[in-house]
Amino acid sequence: MRTYWRTFKTAAWLGWEMDSNWTEPWLFVLYSVIKPVAGAFILVLMYIVFVAIGRPSGDADAFSYMYVGNSFFIFVATVLFGTFQVIQSDREWYQTIRYIYISPISYYVYILGRAASKIAVAVFAVAITLLFGAMFLGVRLHLALADVPLFLVSTVLGLAVLLAIGICLGGISFLTAKHTHGLAEGIPGLFYVFCGVLFPLSVLPSWGQAVGRAIPLTYWFDITRRLIAPTVTVNTTLSGFDPLTILLFLIVSSIGFFLLSVLIYKVGEYFARKAGKIDMTTSY
Amino acid sequence: MSEAKARRSDLRYRIGLNLRAVKGRSYPRIVGANREPSWIFFEALLPLLGIAAYVFIYQFFGGQALAAITTKTAAAPWGMCGHDPCANAAAQSAAAAAVGANTNALVASVVLGGTMVAFWLNVLWSMASQLYWEKEIGNLQLYMMAPMNRMALLGGMAVGGMVMTSMRAVSTLVAGVLVFGVVFQVASPLLLLAVFFATLIALYGLGMMFASLYLLWGREAWNLSALMEEPIFFSSGFYFPLGGLLKIPGWGPAIAIAGSFIPASLGLDALRQLTLGSTAFGGNFWIFSVTTELGILVGMAVLFLILARYCLAYLETLAKREGKLTSRHQ
Repeated sequence: MRTYWRTFKTAAWLGWEMDSNWTEPWLFVLYSVIKPVAGAFILVLMYIVFVAIGRPSGDADAFSYMYVGNSFFIFVATVLFGTFQVIQSDREWYQTIRYIYISPISYYVYILGRAASKIAVAVFAVAITLLFGAMFLGVRLHLALADVPLFLVSTVLGLAVLLAIGICLGGISFLTAKHTHGLAEGIPGLFYVFCGVLFPLSVLPSWGQAVGRAIPLTYWFDITRRLIAPTVTVNTTLSGFDPLTILLFLIVSSIGFFLLSVLIYKVGEYFARKAGKIDMTTSY
Repeated sequence: MSEAKARRSDLRYRIGLNLRAVKGRSYPRIVGANREPSWIFFEALLPLLGIAAYVFIYQFFGGQALAAITTKTAAAPWGMCGHDPCANAAAQSAAAAAVGANTNALVASVVLGGTMVAFWLNVLWSMASQLYWEKEIGNLQLYMMAPMNRMALLGGMAVGGMVMTSMRAVSTLVAGVLVFGVVFQVASPLLLLAVFFATLIALYGLGMMFASLYLLWGREAWNLSALMEEPIFFSSGFYFPLGGLLKIPGWGPAIAIAGSFIPASLGLDALRQLTLGSTAFGGNFWIFSVTTELGILVGMAVLFLILARYCLAYLETLAKREGKLTSRHQ
């Protein structure tokens, strides 16, 4: 257990250094904020354009729904990318995977450690995006003091599910070519569409709604929105689930995804070793 | 004059050499994609989901607007047409039809933006970052020793990148038409092709210029590329008509002007006018006329290619002088 903890700490430090030491701290902070805020502004402009031509009276509820979902989606994009890119960056970019892999540590824990620094940056970016929305864009946020513990627990569980999904993808990327960018765009895109992040599930066709209901992140977004933006009245089609049921569902799914991630990771690793792909480079 | 020197000064030989270099550098990109079938799934199909999300946002807004028009109340027996109640059933139908047309035009804007996103990401990650990447994996010194012009190398990367990315761009367009039911009305196909290729040449010219700069910027290059995703999608109007920014007093026009330095901005604006009709969105969201935008794009293409040529020569010399040409992870 101590070895795991030491691996995690060292990998987290390494990840932080790799992420941040290319520039001055103030520039890194600016960099960490500009990307998510620009992402939020794409949605703001989409809303402004639609209101200008299609609905002059506006739709504050729809806007708040979309903005809060998009803010928390920063976690999805960052944590998933921060997890599954570790194998590919060590393998293709730094070409150090062979040295780390043969060292007496758990590579699984090492990946989690590397992702930890990304989570720290994501927390900051989410907070800035939400604050910006509340202060300048009229996004209606209200987190009651009594709901803070539930909010924290659900956030931790949501991040645990994300980490586990990231490791699953990492396990697959042992066997694939340099697809980091396709994965970075595509997998979060899957959750962007089916998890009710920007629009309620009711917008999707019935098969899409079924897919969305099978993904635990859908419930994570729903409970988060209920807790920090309780006045938003958009029908999410998930009102039948109370917060504690959702929390229970998140606990079960985080355990389930953890087990699945171990399985996929081990299988990917086994086949990569068998095919001699652990340290391959694909330089198209 | 030695035989080798005579060959190097032979124009026909030099053209042939550089064309072979273009072919040689584009080959691994085109063939590599075919030899790695998973590429199609990761690079062409998965990214469609992100675009679908933006499509569904507009459909969500459209649905909400339509619900407001069709919901009857005591105060508004024919629903709401904007701020006021609809006067009669005809006004209600007209308002609903307008919402449908606007939603289709916005969805089409997203689909066109999605095709351009594919090219922009390719420019960032497979053009601009490529020489830096080649340096990291040790190929750059081989390129520098080879006798061809460096622009031929970049040209090959651009041609290969365009072909490789076309699959994703085409699949986005096909998905837009077949899955989302987008209706395009192309009035002038030749002008459309001219705008499209002028945009691509200008974009890849910019990528060639960046490729040279990235050689010097080292590790900052990767982060700079990452930084030029969402902020450029926003400032260049990839998912909404760029003219929307001009409607925001103060900072809106400043962002739009800054974003216009990326050729995709005006290229998309012109492509949208040519495929949706200049009267789409009430004609209120266009920047310039199509011919003006085509002229600017051609100018940008020429300018960026010339700048790329000079940047490459200058920075190659500088990198050699500072000893950075082969130093990795800096």
